[in-house]
Amino acid sequence: MDVILFLIFAAIAVVCGFNVVVQSHPISSAISLIGVMGSLAVLYLLLGAEFLAAAQVIVYAGAIMVLFVFVIMLLNAGAEIRKGRSLLAQVLGIPLLFTFLGLMAYFTKNMFPGAPDVRFGAFKHGTALDVGRALFTQYLLPFEVVSVLILIAILGAVVLAQKEME
Amino acid sequence: MPGVPLSWYLILGAVLFTLGVAGFLLRRNVITVFMSIELMLNAVNLTFIAFSYQLKQVNGHIFSFFVMVVAAAEAAVGLAIILTVFKNRSTLNIDDVSSMKN
Amino acid sequence: MNFFLLSLIKAVVVAAVLLTTLAYLQWVERKVIAHIQVRMGPSRVGPHGLLQPLADVIKLITKEDLIPPYVNKFLYLGAPFFAITMALLSISVIPFGGEIHIFGDSTWMQLADLNIGILFVLAVSSVSVYGIALAGWASNNKYALIGGLRSSAQMISYELPLSMAVAAPLLLANSLSLRHIVEGQAGYYLGFIPRWSIFQTPMPQIFSFIIFLIAAFAETNRVPFDLPEAENELVAGFHTEYSSMKFAAFFMAEYSNMITVCAITTTLFLGGWLPLWPASAGSNFVPAVVFLLAAAISLYHGLNPARRLDRVTLPVVAAVFFLLAVAFLIPVLQGALLPLFWFAAKTGALLFLFIWIRGTLPRFRYDQLMAFAWKVMFPVAVVNLLVTGLLVAAFS
Repeated sequence: MDVILFLIFAAIAVVCGFNVVVQSHPISSAISLIGVMGSLAVLYLLLGAEFLAAAQVIVYAGAIMVLFVFVIMLLNAGAEIRKGRSLLAQVLGIPLLFTFLGLMAYFTKNMFPGAPDVRFGAFKHGTALDVGRALFTQYLLPFEVVSVLILIAILGAVVLAQKEME
Repeated sequence: MPGVPLSWYLILGAVLFTLGVAGFLLRRNVITVFMSIELMLNAVNLTFIAFSYQLKQVNGHIFSFFVMVVAAAEAAVGLAIILTVFKNRSTLNIDDVSSMKN
Repeated sequence: MNFFLLSLIKAVVVAAVLLTTLAYLQWVERKVIAHIQVRMGPSRVGPHGLLQPLADVIKLITKEDLIPPYVNKFLYLGAPFFAITMALLSISVIPFGGEIHIFGDSTWMQLADLNIGILFVLAVSSVSVYGIALAGWASNNKYALIGGLRSSAQMISYELPLSMAVAAPLLLANSLSLRHIVEGQAGYYLGFIPRWSIFQTPMPQIFSFIIFLIAAFAETNRVPFDLPEAENELVAGFHTEYSSMKFAAFFMAEYSNMITVCAITTTLFLGGWLPLWPASAGSNFVPAVVFLLAAAISLYHGLNPARRLDRVTLPVVAAVFFLLAVAFLIPVLQGALLPLFWFAAKTGALLFLFIWIRGTLPRFRYDQLMAFAWKVMFPVAVVNLLVTGLLVAAFS
């Protein structure tokens, strides 16, 4: 059951990821990216990271991608016009890409020989309680720093997007 | 029933990261470039959580959480910059924003 | 029984009840708003207009299904489907009652008790913004686009005070699972005040309740926050180009969101399926008394009818209410029916509040609504969360 779920959602993630790169209109890329994030959320659930799966959907798919979709709709930029694709790059590049990925897969498999199999429910420390406890005790300083970072980002976005003072 | 080998998760993360790099290098529309960056960050998150499973600690989740927060801040400011550039140049093609090139 | 079979049966029951409630919620809304406006509302199709939802469904199904040629087909067809899917999804984590035992199997009256139940609800409501935004975009129509953008901007702006208002009772309940949240509200202070979140020490969550309700009005695009989809603004907003079943899908999604949000409010703040006063003080007889009263009133109006048809229909209604009252007195059924009654009563009261406000208040202008979210609701929600956190930390 775990294998089937992993294969289905990994396939969806890869297909949607490929779509992000390949589609010419940004809105199609954005929707494919939402698909990637959704399937990654399911994979996080399989890995026992329940709080992070919810955070992935709420923050990434529900806020960041909404921001992307908004900007695409506001700017109303059309599909991208492709020009000048070199044939040499395609003939060399795509097989090299697959070779590279295959080598990476092989080395990844051999780097961790004793790694445990991932079973749904085997990792019990991904609850909100555990994440919250670590976040507020061991990682308190990064937590506070990151909240200041968000404040800076809010101020920056507000300043950049406001109307010109005539 | 056998579980899923951990290396499969790592390979999936690597594949998504490569796709993100390819999109970042090959696409001309600045919003698509941004989305490729988000794809790379997601791949990194998956790898962190996979390792967190292997080492049976929650630290990978915390890392992932911070990556998400930084990605949110970056998306907000980056998209605001894109809006400003579009207001001034009326183009979303990153090849055309080249007035500082010699 | 097999877990999958049991879950399937529960899912079918919940879906059927939800869809019927959806249809009749529309009837209730039209009747209530009509009576607020001193008119009758639907009264021709069936007795008291009770078959009006059926007539509406038939009309919407048999209407011409038009796909304008200039729309983005994938998104145009996908957006209402996505909207209704997300709207119906969050009902699956809401607890309707405690544990019941049927035919030797014991099961909870809840489809799925997730550890992160309340986060699931927030996640689904975050993602349901896409249905509206993409509908506005796909219609290739500037009014629809502006309506869709405004509606999505409003929904994501009000998600912030909504999440903060949700976080405060979670501090008191100490769990994210909706079942534990309801169970943490059991018990009574001084023997008669229920330990619901809005009454709980160290911090009664009245402000969270109010903030959550206001944010819920904005999230579900209801008056007074319904500018993006009002008919006299922007030519009906994001669903301008939609007709027949696709429009019905958006419509159903809005009502389903309303029901879900009222159910979540009941679960978080009003004690879910727990009764108002202890069973030892006789709260088990409240449903029977209420239905007997309803039967008596219906019978009285049936015997002194205002309209000729009432002489026939109202006694039938009275008989149905009487049967329901008797059903609530059977001890075997009480275990399942009583929690359902309390849950339905509280959710129904909140739904009536939604409808009442629709009939009463004018709508906000868009900039007023956004300013209200960011300048009033968000600071109040933050202060509320801070105060709750301080009091919980001080008293535990």
